[in-house]
Amino acid sequence: MSSSAPLLDIQNLQTHFGTIDGVVRAVEGVSFSINAGETVAVVGESGCGKSVTAMSILRLIATPPGKIAGKILFKGTNLLELSEPEMQAIRGNDISMIFQEPMTSLNPVLTVGRQIGETVMLHEGLSAKDAEQRAIEMLTLVGIPAPARRVREYPHQLSGGMRQRVMIAMALACSPQLLVADEPTTALDVTIQAQILELMRDLKTRVGAAIMLITHDLGVVAEMAQRVVVMYAGRKVEEGSVEEIFLNPLHPYTRGLMGSMPKLGSSLHETGRSKLTEIQGQVPSLRKPIIGCAFAGRCPNVTDVCRQMAPAIEEKAPKHLVACHYAPRAAAAA
Amino acid sequence: MSTTTLPPDGFTPAPKLADVLPPRKERSKLGMFAYRHPTIAVGGFMVSLFVLMAIFAPLLWTVDPTALAPARRTRPPSELYWFGTDMLGRDVYSRVIYGARISLIVGFGVAICAASIGLFIGLISGFIRAVDAVVMRIMDGMMSIPSILLAIAMMALTRASVENVIIAITIADVPRVSRLVRGVVLTLREQPYVEAAIAAGTRTPMIIIKHILPNTLAPVIVQATFLCASAMIAEATLSFIGAGTPPIIPSWGNIMAEGRALWQVKPYIVFFPAVFLSITVLSVNLLGDGLRDALDPRMAKRI
Amino acid sequence: MSNSQTPSSGRPLLEVKGLKKHFPIHGGILGGKTGNVYAVDGVSFSINRGETLSLVGESGCGKSTVGKAVLRLYPITDGEVLLDGRRVDNLPAGELRPLRKRMQVVFQDPFSSLNPRQKLRDIIAEPIVNFGMASGSELDDRVGDLLDKVRLPREAMYRYPHEFSGGQRQRIAIARALAPGSDLIICDEAVSALDVSVKAQIVNLLSDLQDELGLALLFISHDLAIVEHLTHRVAVMYLGKIVELADRKTLFSTPHHPYTRALLSAVPVPDPTVKRQRIILRGDVPSPINPPSGCRFHTRCPFVFDRCKVDEPQLRDVGMGRMSACHLDVVPDTVPEANRQAAVAA
Repeated sequence: MSSSAPLLDIQNLQTHFGTIDGVVRAVEGVSFSINAGETVAVVGESGCGKSVTAMSILRLIATPPGKIAGKILFKGTNLLELSEPEMQAIRGNDISMIFQEPMTSLNPVLTVGRQIGETVMLHEGLSAKDAEQRAIEMLTLVGIPAPARRVREYPHQLSGGMRQRVMIAMALACSPQLLVADEPTTALDVTIQAQILELMRDLKTRVGAAIMLITHDLGVVAEMAQRVVVMYAGRKVEEGSVEEIFLNPLHPYTRGLMGSMPKLGSSLHETGRSKLTEIQGQVPSLRKPIIGCAFAGRCPNVTDVCRQMAPAIEEKAPKHLVACHYAPRAAAAA
Repeated sequence: MSTTTLPPDGFTPAPKLADVLPPRKERSKLGMFAYRHPTIAVGGFMVSLFVLMAIFAPLLWTVDPTALAPARRTRPPSELYWFGTDMLGRDVYSRVIYGARISLIVGFGVAICAASIGLFIGLISGFIRAVDAVVMRIMDGMMSIPSILLAIAMMALTRASVENVIIAITIADVPRVSRLVRGVVLTLREQPYVEAAIAAGTRTPMIIIKHILPNTLAPVIVQATFLCASAMIAEATLSFIGAGTPPIIPSWGNIMAEGRALWQVKPYIVFFPAVFLSITVLSVNLLGDGLRDALDPRMAKRI
Repeated sequence: MSNSQTPSSGRPLLEVKGLKKHFPIHGGILGGKTGNVYAVDGVSFSINRGETLSLVGESGCGKSTVGKAVLRLYPITDGEVLLDGRRVDNLPAGELRPLRKRMQVVFQDPFSSLNPRQKLRDIIAEPIVNFGMASGSELDDRVGDLLDKVRLPREAMYRYPHEFSGGQRQRIAIARALAPGSDLIICDEAVSALDVSVKAQIVNLLSDLQDELGLALLFISHDLAIVEHLTHRVAVMYLGKIVELADRKTLFSTPHHPYTRALLSAVPVPDPTVKRQRIILRGDVPSPINPPSGCRFHTRCPFVFDRCKVDEPQLRDVGMGRMSACHLDVVPDTVPEANRQAAVAA
């Protein structure tokens, strides 16, 4: 792509937690970058470290018991070296976050307007009156009807979809350059999810923020993302453009995920009921160091090499990185 | 696109990563338990110390705690009388050590009785709506009277004895346990595994025994330890005001009651039983706190 | 394994007629009844032996309430539930109990649906013991066979649920549901809480078991893609009513009711090359305490006209054996047809 430096550059991120049962290696050596205005999806199943990665970027990990190592460069500054006040100036201002559960991430005793307004008052020094005006603007932006009335309402007076819109309004209030969205539609019904995804796409063209979208739903990924990072057991196993990942998945885990995801329209092709591809077995425990490839225990093509040696992540096709010893290398890429 | 599979000697290993946190220390089983649950370890250790003290009181260099010796009244603590003697010349050390028996018997007795009765009432009223309406109103009525007043009133109706003290305090405590159990039962009833059991044709008594009861035990055990601690204080209070254990029996409340008149000149008579009572109650409460943290699933994730 | 008498052919295993379940709302100082939640408000369907019927809809549409009402986990407000032609909704508890072995349930949350203080053996054996179907070593054999069926090791019977992952726990719940030799299993969002790869394992297991044992499944789910994979027929619910009921192929290829169309078009398609137009429904689902007059969907329907606001459409045959509750015989195809084409291409 262009020669300019990426907006966010994560290098060898490790986030570990010291628990009484031993060290949990939630994120183990993850590197990827996000360019300005780009949408990157981080996909994986529960426990793969995708949410911990997001929390690490915003330094929302309690330390101890957690500990973050590696580098998180945001516009060239390593966020891990900033003091807590400096980090606070970035949170909600340059980088903001949307959470999965809109009910628990909104303060139940403050009005919607106060919660949106507080961010701008803090970061931009606006007066209370201007802040409310901004809150109304933001609610209009996220498509909430009668915003002048809604700013004075409390979160419990809003439906789940409305609350997620408010969360987005809060996150966008200070025009962040990076929006970290952790499963933003998982708790919502499918028709409401469609509304929110539509809103996020629309806002992206208008606001121009880069989005790091964390999700387990490949359908959401296909609709929203330009680039995809696939995580498994705390590691990045594959990265590429959304077309590469969906049309030419190279890692056996990614292939397994694609195969096990039921697709709408399946009844039109087959006469009987179809079978889904299964990934056998279970995710390995993160409490013990994993020797060899993390996916070796479930991989259909596993060999002794995989069990003993963890594969390096390599560019097997242009801009398509895979951590698998046996992923075919496109001849053209060499 | 033509593709080639890598030859086996072309494998590239991932770069090794340094450990961010020091590895977990190897601990013995007991060490691991104490590390995981420090309050249970400390509280449990101290409670067992007191229990041993009460059981082996005669072997702990004590003399007869009721032996009168008018010639040696109100001696201060010395090598001979470690905690001094009281106004009748009885050895305070021996009385305090033997007094642990009463405190622990009352504490454990009340905990066991109140927990079992409360469990029974709570289970029934959590499951049978008609019983619930009546029983819970009675419990509400009882809870509107301060429990120590209720216990005093009970004692006023009977003669002083350790059993009656236990009964009086138990009656005052039952409403709280019943409410707790009923609350737990009402939540458990909604659990999918209970619904699955109903769908599987399990009869109501078996549902209570197999599915509800085992899952109410944890909160009840925790509650029982707190009841034990508060019963010890209640016993001491009742004895102190003369409505508890008969004065002939050495109990911490009785010792303090007898030393009350001399508090300003001979404070040690009150001081030693008071310290023992406080430390015992503290130990039992520590144990209870530890158990609550260990048994409460919401706290289980605590790192 | 099932009841001795074989049913007359053609009679469905389960019939639900005009099922209603209203939950009273209590409020005020005296705790008097102040209203009703019309959770299920007149639902009829039937399931044949060996068949899967799916109930789909969004949260609050009443689909789980239907499942629990069929299981008689609570009394119903109105309507009839018939098992093999015999009414079960009004049976006293004693007569109902033997029939319970024919209907079992698998719930959504694999962590709260198993008693944490029971070993697997006791969990799975519970219905067998309840109906006095085996004891002693025969019981152990039965439990072992059930573990084989759900592809868990036999040794697992001596362990506790917390030692297993979500997917394995769901297998345990399925084993328990199979234990009394049930004819019908109600799967209440049984795979919704699972990860994608594990979900596929459980979905495949359920269809294998159905083929092997001739089970009927009432599959309650909000996930249309999963439903399309394993169902024979589908009932779409909205605010306590069925709005469309059809066989799988008909419903997924040519949905009739505007709500079904919106629901289908809202599902994200895991293919970045497909760019489709979708029907975005306005607003939220209205409250089941105070459902809209006329057609319950009229507040969000893109094809709404005056009659919808006053006259409630009944579920009726609109051709090809499809039942739909919409006043329109032919729902305009302009936008929806394009949607469908795109979805088909996926």
